[in-house]
Amino acid sequence: MRWMWIDRVLELVPGERMVAIKNISLAEEHLHEHFAADPERGLPACPVMPASLIIEGMAQTSGILVGQVGAFREKVVLAKISIARIDRDAFPGDTLRYTATIERMDEAGASTRGVIERLDLHGQGEPEQIGRVDLMFSHVDRNRSGLAFPEHNFVFGESFRTLLQSSGFAME
Amino acid sequence: MTRDEIFEKVREVLVDALGVDDDEVTPDARLASDLGAESIDFLDITFKLEQVFEFKISEGEMFPTNVAQDPTYVQDGKVTPKGIAELRAKLPHFDFSEFEKDPQLRRIADVFTVSAIVSFVERKLDTNVAA
Repeated sequence: MRWMWIDRVLELVPGERMVAIKNISLAEEHLHEHFAADPERGLPACPVMPASLIIEGMAQTSGILVGQVGAFREKVVLAKISIARIDRDAFPGDTLRYTATIERMDEAGASTRGVIERLDLHGQGEPEQIGRVDLMFSHVDRNRSGLAFPEHNFVFGESFRTLLQSSGFAME
Repeated sequence: MTRDEIFEKVREVLVDALGVDDDEVTPDARLASDLGAESIDFLDITFKLEQVFEFKISEGEMFPTNVAQDPTYVQDGKVTPKGIAELRAKLPHFDFSEFEKDPQLRRIADVFTVSAIVSFVERKLDTNVAA
């Protein structure tokens, strides 16, 4: 399994905002455990996208937005989840839309705001906001602790390159 | 803006950035050992202060940077007298008098108190008005 929690980038305004979508599919193994049926308690299976992976989706969206500013040369790592609120569940067949905006950014890192919406099936009706995820990213090469990190950029690898290319955006 | 007004705004920033309760943010509270701030929180606090007080804080202006890497500042895990003098000159909002008695580098975060942040903002606002 590839650790990719967004499927397509819809919009990228450099240094400002990025919009990406995630289509939730029953082919995702973890949905069959989250949550499996519980015959003893008479509960049917209830596949729900885990909130932790919704946060990861927003972290990937926001991380690409922040990384793009430095042409993906900086290693941008998630350093803090400032706010994570998921108010409604998301199910197989749903599309999640992640909108990330940069709130502040300097050489050491960035803070981002993120809104998560659920688009209903077939795109009918209004998107419903189901959560907020605000994050902080650190540029690890310029971190203040003085720790050394590997030279190669382990953050933005081949999978992200493919995602951006298939969405019609160049990584360079 | 009075010092009390600045303190109230700084308190809000710290409650927000560190997830602590209002009453934990006292003037003497140390950001790291009392309020649990980690390195990324210092950047978060910097961003939030910039937003609330509408000024720009440059790197090294509020918290010291690269102290540990500089041998003229640190020897055998202790900050040298020259290092302390430089820190005082660059960061006048911090009170180094207690730290000076046992200047071990790992204790330096103890000077980052709530009242030091208030003093930083106070000086910064004064300078902005003067400029």
